[in-house]
Amino acid sequence: MVNAPPAVDLVDLRKSFGDVVVLDGLTMRVPSGGVHALLGQNGAGKTTTVRILATLTRPDSGSARVAGHDVVRERRQVRRVISLAGQHAALDDGQTGLENLIMLARLAGLSGPAARARAAALLERFDLADAAGRQAVTYSGGMRRRLDLAASLVGAPSVIFLDEPTTGLDPRSRQGLWEVIGELAGAGVTVLLTTQYLEEADRLADRIMVLHHGGLVADGTAAELKGHFGAQRLELTWRDEASFAEAARRLGDRTTHREPARLALSVATDGSAPQVRGLLDEIDPDRHGVVRFTVREATLDDVFLTLTGRPVSPPREVTNV
Amino acid sequence: MSELAIRPTQAMVMVGRCVRLSRRNIDAMLTSLLLPVILMLLFVYLFGGAIDTGSAYVTYVVPGVLLLCAGFGAAGTAISVTTDLTNGMIERLRTMDVGATSILAGHVVASVARNSVSTVLVLGVAVAIGFRPAVEPLRWLAAAGVLLMFLLAVSWLSAAFGLLARTPEAASGYTFLVMFLPYPSSAFVPVETMPDWLRGFAENQPVTPVIESLRGLLLDTPVGSAPAHAAAWCLGLLAVAVVLSGLLFRRRVA
Ligand SMILES: Nc1ncnc2c1ncn2[C@@H]1O[C@H](COP(=O)(O)OP(=O)(O)OP(=O)(O)O)[C@@H](O)[C@H]1O
Ligand SMILES: [Mg+2]
Repeated sequence: MVNAPPAVDLVDLRKSFGDVVVLDGLTMRVPSGGVHALLGQNGAGKTTTVRILATLTRPDSGSARVAGHDVVRERRQVRRVISLAGQHAALDDGQTGLENLIMLARLAGLSGPAARARAAALLERFDLADAAGRQAVTYSGGMRRRLDLAASLVGAPSVIFLDEPTTGLDPRSRQGLWEVIGELAGAGVTVLLTTQYLEEADRLADRIMVLHHGGLVADGTAAELKGHFGAQRLELTWRDEASFAEAARRLGDRTTHREPARLALSVATDGSAPQVRGLLDEIDPDRHGVVRFTVREATLDDVFLTLTGRPVSPPREVTNV
Repeated sequence: MSELAIRPTQAMVMVGRCVRLSRRNIDAMLTSLLLPVILMLLFVYLFGGAIDTGSAYVTYVVPGVLLLCAGFGAAGTAISVTTDLTNGMIERLRTMDVGATSILAGHVVASVARNSVSTVLVLGVAVAIGFRPAVEPLRWLAAAGVLLMFLLAVSWLSAAFGLLARTPEAASGYTFLVMFLPYPSSAFVPVETMPDWLRGFAENQPVTPVIESLRGLLLDTPVGSAPAHAAAWCLGLLAVAVVLSGLLFRRRVA
C-alpha cells in the first residue's frame, strides 16, 4: 500500500488511574503491515496502551490514531478495522466453541452460511475441531485461549491487537499461533502484540518496542537493539570470591553483567582474538584468577535488562536505532 | 453488509444468543419457574384461608403471582448483563461495534421469552388448583398485552440495574426492588385492609393498575381506567429504563 496511514500513531499519550501514572507522554508509531511487539515489565502499561487503541479506555490527553482514525472521535471507524484478543479470554461459557464463533462472525457482518464456514475453518486452524460441539465451560485454559484468539479473527481486520497471545499455550499451540500470525502479516495485516517472552519477540516481530516508565525506551529490530545495547560480551568465570571481588573492583563501570553466584563477570568485546587476548591479559595479568571464558552473543534479555534495570530519569531519550 | 442492514441482524443474533444461554442455565431456569409456582401454592394453601377477598383466594392471587414471577425473571436479566460486563464479553462486542441497543435488547427479549414460559406454567398450575378464568379470547389477548408491557418494562429496568452493579451478586441485590414491588399492592390482599400510609402507596404504585387490569380482564369484571393507567406506567418505566440504560452503558463502556 502506498501512503497508507500508520497502523498506530500515538503522540504524547497520557493516562493515569487515580495517582498511578501509567502512560506519561507515550509517543509511538507503528507503520502499516508487519508484526510489532510491545515489551515491558508487569504493570508497564502494555494492556492500557492496547485498550486505548481498541477504543475501550479513553486517554487523558494526547492523540491516538489507528489506521488514520482518532480512537476517541472516530471510534466507529476504528472499530471497523481492528480486532482485539485481550489478556483475558472473553467468551460465553454456555455456548459451544462453534456457537461462540458463529455468533461473533454473524455480528461481524458475515451471512449465516459464511459465518458457519468461517467458524469451522478457524476451529480447524486452532486445533479445536474435536471440541467444537462442547460448551466453552468445559475447555482447558489453553483451549479457551485458542478459542479467544480464533474469535478475534472472525472478521477481516486490518489491524490486530493481541495482548499476551501465547501466555498459557503449550509449545505446540504457540508454534501454531506463530504460524497464524506469520500468515496474517503475509496477507498485509498489521499485528501489534504484547509479550513477556523475549524469544517470541525475537522470532516473530519485525520491530520491537520497549515500554518503561510510561514511555518507549527502545524501538527497532531485534538485531538493531542487540547491536546497540549489548553486541557481544566476554564472560569470565573466577577461581574464588576473592579474585572475583578484586576483578569487579578493578573493572568498575566496565562490567556489563555480574553474577556473584557463578563468580562470573562480563565485559564488552568485539569477539576478535587479539582483543579477547588483550582483555584477558589486562584483567588477569597473573593468569591465575580466570578459570573459564566465554564469548556470548547479546540476547534480547540483555537488552531488556539494560533498558529496564536502568533508572530512567528525564529527559528520557528514545533510542531510535 | 451495509450499516443499515447490520444493526437488525446484530440484534437478532444477540437475542438468539441470550435465549440459548437462558435455556442452558438450568439452575436459573428452574428457580425462575418453580419459585413462583411454590409461592402460589404457599399463598393459596397457607395464607389463603385467612385472607378474605370475597372470592376463592386462588382466583384473587393469580395476577399477583404472575407479577412476582416477572420480578424473579427480571432478576436474571440484571445478573446476565453484569456477567457480560465483568467477563469482558461486552468489551469484545464493543470493539466489534455491536450497538448498546442490540446488546441490551438481546437480554431483554430473552427475559420476556423466559417469563412468558413461566407465566404459562403458573397459569397451568393455577387452573389445576381451581383457578377459573373467563373464556373470552379478546380479553385474554388484552391481558397478555398488559402483562407483556409490564415484562418489557421490568426487564429493561433490570438490564439498567445490571449496568449499575459491579458484581453479579450486587446485580441480584438491586432487583430486590422489582421483586418486592408486588407485595405492597393489591396483589395479595385488598388495599382496603392496609394502614392509610401504606394504602396511599399501594394505590399509586405501578403494580396495582397492572394487577387490577389482569384481574378484571381474566375474570371478566369491569376494569375501568386500570388498563390505561397500567399502560402509562409501563411505557413510562420503559422509557426511563431505556434512557437510563443508555446513559449507564456509556458510563461503563467507552
Ligand atoms: N482500571 C484500572 N484501574 C486502576 N488501575 C489500573 C487499571 N488498569 C490498569 N491499572 C494500573 O495501571 C498499570 C498498568 O497496567 P497494565 O495492565 O496496562 O500493565 P501491563 O503492562 O499490561 O502489565 P502485565 O504485564 O502485568 O499485563 C498497573 O499499575 C495497573 O495496576
Ligand atoms: Mg497486560
